[in-house]
Amino acid sequence: MKHLLTTQGLSKGDAILLLDTSAQMAATQSRENKKLPTLRGRTVVNLFYEDSTRTRISFETAAKRLSADVINFSAKGSSVSKGESLKDTALTLHAMGADAVVVRHSASGAAHQLAHAGWLDAGVLNAGDGMHQHPTQALLDAFTIRRHLVGNVGEDGRGTDTSAGADLSGLRVAIVGDVLHSRVARSNVYLLHTLGAEVTLVAPPTLVPVGVETWPCRVSYHLDETLEQWQPDAVMMLRVQRERMSGGSGSFFPSPMEYSRKFGFDARRLAVLPDHSIVMHPGPMNRGLEISAAAADHPRSVIVEQVANGVAVRMAALYLLLAGTDAAGTDERNTL
Amino acid sequence: MSTPTSATYVLRGVRPYGTDPVDVVLADGVIAAIGASGTVEVPEAVTGDVTGDVIEVRAEGHVLLPGLVDLHTHLREPGREDAETVFSGTRAAAAGGFTAVHAMANTTPTQDTAGVVEQVYRLGQEAGWVDVHPVGAVTVGLGGEKLAELGAMADSAARVRVFSDDGKCVHDPVLMRRALEYVKAFDGVVAQHAQEPRLTEGAQMNEGVVSAQIGLTGWPAVAEESIIARDVLLAEHVGSRLHVCHLSTAGSVEIIRWAKGRGIDVTAEVTPHHLVLTDDLARDYDPVFKVNPPLRTAKDVEAVRAGLADGTIDIVATDHAPHPVEDKDCEWSSAAFGMTGLETALSVVQQTMVDTGRMTWADVARVLSENPARIGRITESQGRPIAVGEPANLTLVDPSAARTIDGRSQVTASDNTPFAGMELPGRVVATFLRGRATVLDGAVVDGAVVDGAATDGKTLEGVTR
Repeated sequence: MKHLLTTQGLSKGDAILLLDTSAQMAATQSRENKKLPTLRGRTVVNLFYEDSTRTRISFETAAKRLSADVINFSAKGSSVSKGESLKDTALTLHAMGADAVVVRHSASGAAHQLAHAGWLDAGVLNAGDGMHQHPTQALLDAFTIRRHLVGNVGEDGRGTDTSAGADLSGLRVAIVGDVLHSRVARSNVYLLHTLGAEVTLVAPPTLVPVGVETWPCRVSYHLDETLEQWQPDAVMMLRVQRERMSGGSGSFFPSPMEYSRKFGFDARRLAVLPDHSIVMHPGPMNRGLEISAAAADHPRSVIVEQVANGVAVRMAALYLLLAGTDAAGTDERNTL
Repeated sequence: MSTPTSATYVLRGVRPYGTDPVDVVLADGVIAAIGASGTVEVPEAVTGDVTGDVIEVRAEGHVLLPGLVDLHTHLREPGREDAETVFSGTRAAAAGGFTAVHAMANTTPTQDTAGVVEQVYRLGQEAGWVDVHPVGAVTVGLGGEKLAELGAMADSAARVRVFSDDGKCVHDPVLMRRALEYVKAFDGVVAQHAQEPRLTEGAQMNEGVVSAQIGLTGWPAVAEESIIARDVLLAEHVGSRLHVCHLSTAGSVEIIRWAKGRGIDVTAEVTPHHLVLTDDLARDYDPVFKVNPPLRTAKDVEAVRAGLADGTIDIVATDHAPHPVEDKDCEWSSAAFGMTGLETALSVVQQTMVDTGRMTWADVARVLSENPARIGRITESQGRPIAVGEPANLTLVDPSAARTIDGRSQVTASDNTPFAGMELPGRVVATFLRGRATVLDGAVVDGAVVDGAATDGKTLEGVTR
């Protein structure tokens, strides 16, 4: 695996290998010494054109726990803010000998271009490109779902994960909110489908893209109906960007209050779900808009655990991109 | 070797409009004689290919067409000489078989005054590769708020007849109505770039299956179709002539078909790229495929081909839009819209329409020469029949040739062809502008033009090296 750019087209074997490697990484993270020597001497650049402290520190933590050298290159305070092109930045990183570039960019396709335009020969890890893809987010979501709903780690997430090698067949996942602008939704739809889960997107029609009919999922405009009749095993809430939503060129829905009434997740809606179901959110949350505090902080919410799992998944992705073989030599799988 | 403008050409075995072979003699800027193949006497004795001022062109099997006329060319000068100049763009036009181009108004400064259109017109004359007919802006600075001095541009030396804010849509319905009415006074036409601006804010590519997957903001077909529908009704109401630039969707073809059935005086154009390329090409985010209107779906491609074949679409126009490398070597959303087309247009039409049996070479002459000349009101000199006494504006094509397209080796100053690496059929062997060869043996004839232009104040004064 040279790059990780999208979950569309990722094979089931590769997806499961990523999840299993993540599980191995997660296991090392409960040790007192969390650091592995695996990527010693390798250089990972975090190239962030969008502000995202959460994602950046998650990748930074992952790279450091694998002993890689980490360089943070953010648009603010660098030549990027002075108008340097993506190409010139890529050539610079190439000249400096980056082994992997983790890129976050507001332009859809920026990661694909970095990987394929011939500017750079480092491995490219897409940390979110525009409205396109955010593959490690989907992987950490799938990993979290698998641990809880296949691996039986218990409500506190502390039990032994017995899900190694498993997929997500038979599980139902509802993804709720601004699908139109969401790279998280796109990445999850393809990955969860590949892993055998059923996905329903739930959103007002204005926030579903034209052309969604080719996606491997169902679409519903009604959250209550989906929760009551379809009984999802996991509900994933998407962030709604207030500023783009009502009025002006937005007008995707009449008001935040109406959105919240029809599509916000709260304790009342949680109560109609099966007892084993989990509540997810990629963060950062708008409490009171797409999710209530009662739901976000409920014992069945795994939102904080998603953040922890993000580090393990990003360790696995960096490891498989840069080391190319299986983690810590403890497993027989060498299929990549 | 220079080819003096006084040269006489004898074209041997050429097939006018793809019909039976004949010999054609060009002398004194006109077609001097046409006769059965092998029967035409060369005015002076010929031994070898060249004797004195008589040049014999062995062209057996090549198709002879009236010189091509492009109604939609961006020459970029004044303002963006880093992308193209009138000289480089018209030289590329000649290489593509054109003898006239309409230079779009979105220059800097905008072609919205008599002064600027006369400047472009004069640059075209000095370059000498093709006739350059500047398009006048409909509104001042393409701003969409105030009519430009359309009458002054019409009355100028450039004799502007085509008016367009191309790149921007004249979206205000009252302004569009007034422009349609006003140009009637001098038999002008408004060429509309049909794009509803609110429906296309931030738009990057066709809105549909591909945009949904790859996460680029969509440019919906309805944004084009709704403007075309409005404009044909406006044209009907005020009894004006309307031209629709680069229509790209199946729905637009239907609306034009309906409007023509109603007797509305509307003409429509399609670009070569919309005849063959689709939005699937955006999947790799290579901005060379970023164009406005965007590449559409296979269904739309089929619809525009059918519309061109049945006459619903009147012309093919290139929308030749050169850009420097840096405007394409970047993120898709930051890249400029547009692709070059002058040197590939005829090949694309051959591939999609002639080689598929949907059109004859006579139809090609209609959509690439006669109709655009008529819409641009330049039929005194362009889009004329191939007949004795007519001006010798002609294009000679070898339809059996094939070539692999390479942006850097093209004549245009910019590399942004979407056909790079593709093999296209047909090759322009020669182009004649009023009897003078601008292209011969498949190569542009620089000597002739430089001979003409060097006397025109273009010597590099002040250069000491």
